[in-house]
Amino acid sequence: MINASAVLFYIFSGVLLSAAMMVVTVRNTVYGVLFLILAFFNAAGLFILVHAEFLALMLVVVYVGAVAVLFLFVVMMLNVELSHFRETVKSYSLIGSFVGGILAVELILVMVTWNTSTEAFNLTSAPSAFYGNVSNTKALGYLLYTHYALIFQGAGLILLIAMMGAIVLTLRHREGVKKQNVASQLARRAKESVELVDIPSGSGI
Amino acid sequence: MMMSLDHYLVVAALLFTIGGVGVFLNRRNVIVILMSIELMLLAVNLNFVAFSQSLGDLVGQVFTLFILTVAAAESAIGLAILVVYFRNRGDIYVDDITVMKG
Repeated sequence: MINASAVLFYIFSGVLLSAAMMVVTVRNTVYGVLFLILAFFNAAGLFILVHAEFLALMLVVVYVGAVAVLFLFVVMMLNVELSHFRETVKSYSLIGSFVGGILAVELILVMVTWNTSTEAFNLTSAPSAFYGNVSNTKALGYLLYTHYALIFQGAGLILLIAMMGAIVLTLRHREGVKKQNVASQLARRAKESVELVDIPSGSGI
Repeated sequence: MMMSLDHYLVVAALLFTIGGVGVFLNRRNVIVILMSIELMLLAVNLNFVAFSQSLGDLVGQVFTLFILTVAAAESAIGLAILVVYFRNRGDIYVDDITVMKG
């Protein structure tokens, strides 16, 4: 039974998986970042298919708008040479595909044979049917600002600490760079800065 | 008709595997390793959202929001460390990062 949402699911997941494949195999890192952006867009499409509209938009805003652009900046800043890439692919591809194959088979076996307990539906702490008549964003807001307000503040704290850490790590004071020092400018007095000199006429200073 | 939970779980499993293999394949380039970790976190998010929809529980989506936060913080710190390392060494080869072995 093929319908629009099934077709969209297969398109989104197909492009998502091939873009992810390109991220890890492509030679030029800039192209890798661009494929990462493509993967995030398609994951956002999958989120919309399961009615998680707010998270889909968050994925586009946070990942594509911030994280991927950050990656792009760093890739362009670092000017990495790629000459050694091919030989490492050869030397690690065997063990990589071995571990990856085992991991994929195990995960798929676990997940396909997954059975949801019948009690699980009674254990939901925030049933979405309760928020049935409001939009996904509003329902998440109701939940996030009431039950999870403390954890929400904690998430903000994590972002603040990450920001401070990134600034402290990358800030450097270079020698020989002329900079404005506002404090010393404000500390100047007219007595130290201006001098009146009496010059007799006919002679220089 | 909604796609079943299994479809989403298989896609997320494959995505997680691609991310894990990416860590193995790109031993020279830390940036690609960080991008692989982002892919793995995306797979985990996909699982959370799929289960949230399947069970009808919004907490899965709240948790995904926090994972997004932590992932953004992690990649910002990782890239900052990378920039500092590049300033000190002039390259970002993973195999050579043994300075802290002593």
